[in-house]
Amino acid sequence: MGNIGSREILRLSVNGRQHELLVKPYATLLEVLREDLRLTGTKHGCEAGECGACVVLVDGTPQLSCLVLPGQIEGSEVTTIEGVSNGSELHPVQQAFMDHGALQCGYCTPGMVLSSKALLDSNPSPTRDEINEALSGNLCRCTGYVSIIEAVEDAGRAMA
Amino acid sequence: MTTVSLDENTDLRVIGKSLPKVDSVGKLIGLTAYADDIELPNTLYCKLLRSHHPHARILSIDSSAALAIEGVVAVITGEDLPIKYGIMPTSQDEHALEYEKVRFVGDPVAAVAAVDEETALAACRAILVEYEPLEAIESIEHGLLPPSDEPIHDYAGPGNIHRMGALEFGEVDEGFANSSFIREDVFFYEGNTHLPMEQHSATATFVGDQLTLWSSTQNPHYVHRALARVFEMPMGHIRVIAAPHGGGFGGKSDPFSHEMAVCKLAMITGRPVKCTLTREEVFYVHRGRHPVLMWVRTGVAKDGKILAMHFKTALDGGAYGSYGPASMLYTGALQTTTYNIPAYRFEGVRVFTNKAPCGPKRGHGTPQPRFALELHLDKIAEAIGLNPVELRRRNYVKPYTRTINHLRITSCGIEEVTDRVVEASGFLDRKKRLGHGMGFAVSAYMCGAGLPIYWNRLPHSECIIQVNRGGVTLYCGATDIGQGSDTVLATVAAEQLGLWPTDVRIVSGDTGLAPVDLGSYSSRVTFMAGNAALQAAKEMREIIVKAVAEKMECSPSEVMVGDGKIGELSFEEAVVLAEERFGMLSTRGSYSPPANIGGKFKAAGVGPSPAYSYSAAVVDLDADPYSGEIRLNKVWIAHDIGRSINALAVKGQVEGGVYMGLSEAMMEGQLYRHGLHKQPSMLDYKAFTFMEMPEVETFLVETIDLEGPYGAKEAGQGPLLPVIPAVVSAVHDALGVWVDEVPITSDKIMRAMDAKVKGREGRYGPKIFPNISYPTIVKVPPFDASSSAF
Repeated sequence: MGNIGSREILRLSVNGRQHELLVKPYATLLEVLREDLRLTGTKHGCEAGECGACVVLVDGTPQLSCLVLPGQIEGSEVTTIEGVSNGSELHPVQQAFMDHGALQCGYCTPGMVLSSKALLDSNPSPTRDEINEALSGNLCRCTGYVSIIEAVEDAGRAMA
Repeated sequence: MTTVSLDENTDLRVIGKSLPKVDSVGKLIGLTAYADDIELPNTLYCKLLRSHHPHARILSIDSSAALAIEGVVAVITGEDLPIKYGIMPTSQDEHALEYEKVRFVGDPVAAVAAVDEETALAACRAILVEYEPLEAIESIEHGLLPPSDEPIHDYAGPGNIHRMGALEFGEVDEGFANSSFIREDVFFYEGNTHLPMEQHSATATFVGDQLTLWSSTQNPHYVHRALARVFEMPMGHIRVIAAPHGGGFGGKSDPFSHEMAVCKLAMITGRPVKCTLTREEVFYVHRGRHPVLMWVRTGVAKDGKILAMHFKTALDGGAYGSYGPASMLYTGALQTTTYNIPAYRFEGVRVFTNKAPCGPKRGHGTPQPRFALELHLDKIAEAIGLNPVELRRRNYVKPYTRTINHLRITSCGIEEVTDRVVEASGFLDRKKRLGHGMGFAVSAYMCGAGLPIYWNRLPHSECIIQVNRGGVTLYCGATDIGQGSDTVLATVAAEQLGLWPTDVRIVSGDTGLAPVDLGSYSSRVTFMAGNAALQAAKEMREIIVKAVAEKMECSPSEVMVGDGKIGELSFEEAVVLAEERFGMLSTRGSYSPPANIGGKFKAAGVGPSPAYSYSAAVVDLDADPYSGEIRLNKVWIAHDIGRSINALAVKGQVEGGVYMGLSEAMMEGQLYRHGLHKQPSMLDYKAFTFMEMPEVETFLVETIDLEGPYGAKEAGQGPLLPVIPAVVSAVHDALGVWVDEVPITSDKIMRAMDAKVKGREGRYGPKIFPNISYPTIVKVPPFDASSSAF
């Protein structure tokens, strides 16, 4: 990483596109995505690592983007909710969320979809306990989680 | 999910199906722009300076140092916004920014607009406010005493008493005199907050003489009114747009300081101004569940029939009025909607305290008394040797009756929802063993408040449907807060027009484009906006069918509508034909509740609703007798939905209500110490995650309400209510102790267990209800039956 004035140069790939950005060294990945790249699909619920609304995948692993600083992600591949579907075709996780009514207000949904995708990418047929554990960092206040669990199970079957 | 329908007419095409909500895709791909995602060119960013004193006079505010900071464009204080507002006509007690005194930690005193949030925050820190601290009132009991300094507000009173009420229906003393068993109990319900995932956000522009506000609000219409009042502007020059909404639960129902501040700053600077609250600020904005202390005395006959009930409540209102006058009355209003109580006395008081203001949270004022009432009935059942289901059944209200407090009951599935959960759970055949328990409870909730917040004779909901070559558009002021109201409106119209819900464009939540709907509160939208949409859609169908019938040379009744066709024509062809024949196609609908649904006495405005939903729950859990730890096993919930407009969406509302009920029954509490909120973060404020949530089995009972759209009733709030007492009842079933206070936590359970071991009453909870000087009881005459069929 180089510096220009008080800013650092950050190189990263977001949803398959390379970016070279000038960012404050203390800017979070969440801020970089929402404010510099205008990818507002990534949500903020607390900006303190407590709610999971801002989850993105960094090199395939779910990360709380509100706690990630530029220095930690130089050269990484970041996937946000905008990069999950295949063109206009929904990803199986998105499709299952839709079919099961696993979203209401939808504010936790981007983080929930990405955490679910990361789980299913490594374990397409998780048990309920495995789903609960993998998603326990993602809060939802609308659904009661029941439909999300059903959706993740269904998506796993579709992805298998 | 299982649906049991009492309807034989099943030829509906889209109503009742489990379809994805119409706004799902945008939310799933990250395209839906919530309030904070809206970014206008040249925007300034606003931050509010908030009080760190719970109660203090403001001696001076000096913002000169803040204004000197590079990048700061404007600073305003309360003197720039001197007109008070509040959601109810009787609670106009808030300044957007306080300049005389502050009343809780978090009360805003100044607002800054700057080039970015960092600069705005730095400017807030540079504003010098001189305070003179006053005694802080921290509890209900404290608020009932005469204040040693000055009252929190100079209206209402005496002292810090905000509102009181005392009503009697029927002959209560006589009922008690005739009772063979009388019991008294005291309960406490700790307050808690909504914790929506989205923090509140608002952006304003002022262009020419037009003020536009985008906000994460549930009630754009009431914000519209409040802006007109504060800015002394005609409503016609103000437009409020409810942005796609990241969760409300009642918490975004008031007009807020940050909304006023961005409007004022936009007027001063001529630039768009945005304010997004931090999570900590959301805890201060609050307007959540009131802490309520309750006392209930009930007399029953030998057979368990209730003869008289006396219910007293005391609410901790926090620092402002908000919905408080209604909240207070709601703690006494709906007890009679589940049980036939022939003589009923209610006394309630709401006190001001120096805490974040309370308001409406899912169930508004009724989860607290429902918790108390259901446990109280469990205790009576135990004392007189009846099982708790049987005691309740002997007292259930009947459909199409009138309660003692003049509420009109129409469709009522209380027996059916009881049957479903009792049978499915095996509640009555459960094996008794230490550490395992099941609890049962029922409840009712309103399908919209019978009266608007400010009284008038206008419709509660209005809708326009416009059809042309470009498709179908439905305009309605209703606000989709995630509950699916856009989907309900689209589905209602689609059924009439032979289309699919996604064929209907919805323009909603916008006071500038759509006709008035009062907002997403009191579970009113499906019933009220749904009826308005149904009226408009029926009329549109008639017009198009008439044009097609003329062309086909048949009677309109012979024209089949469905699957995208009107008679022999495609919908599009039929629309062209109708437009040729009649010109521009636009129909309208409006809904006002019937006039006879409640009484005419003072305070009768709270409680009446065009219909009530009914819910029953059984909770199964394990409770460790040595640690007090609870493990939830399963919840069975049955809900009388009237009819599902969209079964998947109803299931989601029911499960979400169960979740929120469980979470507040077991861990949520908005706690303070010396005026400071103890846990203003999502880490410290505990709420259920995936790990705590048990299996839920849902039953929908369709009673087909005669006045609901296609027979529909509400699902957004009712299913939360029975869950909370059912949890506490199940703990009693498991361990033999009563915890008469929620949240029910391990330490409270262990204190009850300790008491039992030491030979005292195995109970934890409040012991006494304070001696409150309620006003003279108003004896309300019986309902005048000549004004109504029942």
